[in-house]
Amino acid sequence: MSLGRTFEDDVSIVLAGEAGQGIQTIEMILSRILKRSGLNVFGTKEYMSRVRGGTNATEIRVASEPVSAFVKRIDIFIPLDEKATSHVKRRLTDQTLIVCDSGTIHPDREALDVPFSKLALEIGGELFANMIAAGFLTGLLNIKIEIINEAIQYFFGKKAADVIEKNYKAAKQGFDLGREACSKHNIACTVKRNPEVKNDMLVNGHEAVALGAAAGGCNFLASYPMSPSTGVLTFLAKHAAEFGIVVEQAEDEIAAINMGLGSWYAGGRAMVTTSGGGFALMVEGLSLAGAIESPMVIHLAQRPGPATGLPTRTEQGDLEFALHAGHGEFPRVILTPGTLQDAFFCASHAFYLADKYQVPVFILTDQYLLDSYYNLKEFSPMPPKPKNYFVQTEQAYQRYAPAHDGISPRGIPGFGQGIVCVDSDEHDAGGYITEDMEVRTAMVRKRLKKMELLTGEILEPEIHRADEEYKKLVVGWGSTHPLICEALKRKKTRDTAYLYFPQVYPFPPGLARYFQKAREVISVENNATGQLAKLIRRETGFEVHRKVLKFNGLPFSVEELVEQI
Amino acid sequence: MAKTPFDLECDMAWCPGCGNFGILNTLKEVLNDLKPDPEKLVFVSGIGQAAKAPQYLKCHYFNGLHGRALPPAVAMKASNRELTVIVESGDGDMYGEGGNHFLHTIRRNPDITNIVHNNMVYGLTKGQASPTSERGFKTPVQVEGVILEPFNPLAVAIALDASFVARVFIGFRDHAKEILKKAILHKGYALVDIFQPCVTFNKINTYAWFREHTYLLDASHDPKDRPQAFRKAIETEKMPLGIFYLREDKPVFEEQIPAYKEDPTPLWKREVRAEAIARRIQKLKT
Repeated sequence: MSLGRTFEDDVSIVLAGEAGQGIQTIEMILSRILKRSGLNVFGTKEYMSRVRGGTNATEIRVASEPVSAFVKRIDIFIPLDEKATSHVKRRLTDQTLIVCDSGTIHPDREALDVPFSKLALEIGGELFANMIAAGFLTGLLNIKIEIINEAIQYFFGKKAADVIEKNYKAAKQGFDLGREACSKHNIACTVKRNPEVKNDMLVNGHEAVALGAAAGGCNFLASYPMSPSTGVLTFLAKHAAEFGIVVEQAEDEIAAINMGLGSWYAGGRAMVTTSGGGFALMVEGLSLAGAIESPMVIHLAQRPGPATGLPTRTEQGDLEFALHAGHGEFPRVILTPGTLQDAFFCASHAFYLADKYQVPVFILTDQYLLDSYYNLKEFSPMPPKPKNYFVQTEQAYQRYAPAHDGISPRGIPGFGQGIVCVDSDEHDAGGYITEDMEVRTAMVRKRLKKMELLTGEILEPEIHRADEEYKKLVVGWGSTHPLICEALKRKKTRDTAYLYFPQVYPFPPGLARYFQKAREVISVENNATGQLAKLIRRETGFEVHRKVLKFNGLPFSVEELVEQI
Repeated sequence: MAKTPFDLECDMAWCPGCGNFGILNTLKEVLNDLKPDPEKLVFVSGIGQAAKAPQYLKCHYFNGLHGRALPPAVAMKASNRELTVIVESGDGDMYGEGGNHFLHTIRRNPDITNIVHNNMVYGLTKGQASPTSERGFKTPVQVEGVILEPFNPLAVAIALDASFVARVFIGFRDHAKEILKKAILHKGYALVDIFQPCVTFNKINTYAWFREHTYLLDASHDPKDRPQAFRKAIETEKMPLGIFYLREDKPVFEEQIPAYKEDPTPLWKREVRAEAIARRIQKLKT
């Protein structure tokens, strides 16, 4: 078959190679170039839990319309080592254009041969191969050379003049080869540009959560590094001085959440960022937040378990864990954003809810959401200026005094004359240990009453439908959201509606009206047991008819969902 | 004992004759002398008989989880540098369940005081071995006697270059009082391990036993001399009391935090840095 083809509207480019080969460099430069040239861009990666070797793959989608979902299809494939092709072989089709260096890689079919290594060595070293590849793709996609030069200036501007010069040269060589391949093999790219995209943000999930938290007034972050939650920690650590956030790497997750509680007690606004195993260690601290009625924000970035599981991969396996974690009965909120906009919003909203209602609030994300990025016009709306809900105390202040609205005003040390006593033991209004059973009963009721108050704050599920009437109803939560949306759009059926849950707890009331309309209700979840489906049954008695589940460590692809919904 | 502003009328859960009473009363006297701003004085404790002490003081307190007194205390000081933070807990809480936090809090060197009631036994859970129980100590769990090496908090603290390391015996009230005062005034992490008898569950390490097995460090001990401090810490026949080790030049944790570089204002008084966040978002558009 010929190599000639036209890339229309939506191109999926996949780069695969060993960890440490520089895929990230190409991705970083290329995604910026694409956006700056007015192309919509989406990227996501799947990678192994190793610093060197293995096979990692990055997908970059370039499209006429905004895109935010992973597709299985590969239009342009760039293997960087021999193993890469077999790693993605199920995704390759006759239509896939393979671009590789025949000096090192030998695909079993016709491919565009670009001598990346040889050219890189001529310029000054293997490392320049990445820039040649970025330049090549820029040429292949018919993007102006000026934009790649601007990107080099942006990323390498502070480096030595000869380094910049060599990068220009590498990019130019790649670019020329890309243009040459287009004319020689009759390859064209007609993806539409939109000048407005140029000024969009290019943002990933880690940044969305971190910036949302900061905008929500987060000023204290204690955490222990754990994939895939660490990006939030490193981003806020990098900007700690600028944002005025105290960032501490705790000795363990137990310390992290207890630090968080100490900070809230002293008037800070704290968050922890962790994944399942780390959160397991925080569970007693979560219960303490319940007991002392402390606000707490927990970013729980899911990855496949049990135990260490698949450290760098994705799953929606911890909804029930977040729901049931912690001994004793106390209220909590679980937010489940599915888009970067929602991740930003939920992170800031979590601080509002936690502070106002003195409860722990979860932001439940996963590796796929966090490691994905795309262009987005704005975070909109920006949250209002965060308000602190603590009060100035008077001499007779009692931390757990009964309050007409069920929320005892929260004092902090250093602000007022009262003393603020909090105790993990059951306590009386003043915070002192008690075993008085009437007080105990009243305290449990007081804490649980907040659950009722929180129902007034629920983020309603979003119904997406073509028509008022429908036969099928898909339900989903979190990161599957854009995948389901795109799958339904592709199916072009008007008889399927979709209900997206950006919050699963407290569970939104009044959903029977949606379920009753549908002949079939299908839950789509990136886990093995259908945890949202189980929650729906628990909360409404309604049994979801069919579950579409995936739990091999990868997100669904749009194609899989088109097939399975 | 004279009245202090820290007195609180309350029902106490300690056994008559418990060493905890002596510690509580000494602390009240120390506070009465030092007169810290009561609005900014916070006690933090874990769980155990010793950890109940803040319940019996009129003060702000955070009585958290077993073993977890230090992390919230560090965070409080890092959230509001104006607070005086005193952590008070027992040997099981601090050296057993909370051992990891003990190590890493010393490494941080926050300006907090860590008072550990050390009675070499578990009181609240009724008489099992504590990390500081001596070999051979028989309990309902260690029925043939403890076979583990006792944890040596002073040697560990000195090994980690803690900035203030002391031990006292509550039977020597004036000495204890003097050292507790110095510990609270010390800028940086201060450990005061307090020998106290448990009159109910420890029939070996009694008031008389501690008198017999301890001695006061005298002027010949130089607390700035780390090897000497370490040698003193590993004496176990007769155990020294006093300030073993002192470093006054160590940078304090919370003062090195980037968020305080230009502004020592406590977090609760700060506004969100909306402009800096907006700038960062803008940057994502370039």
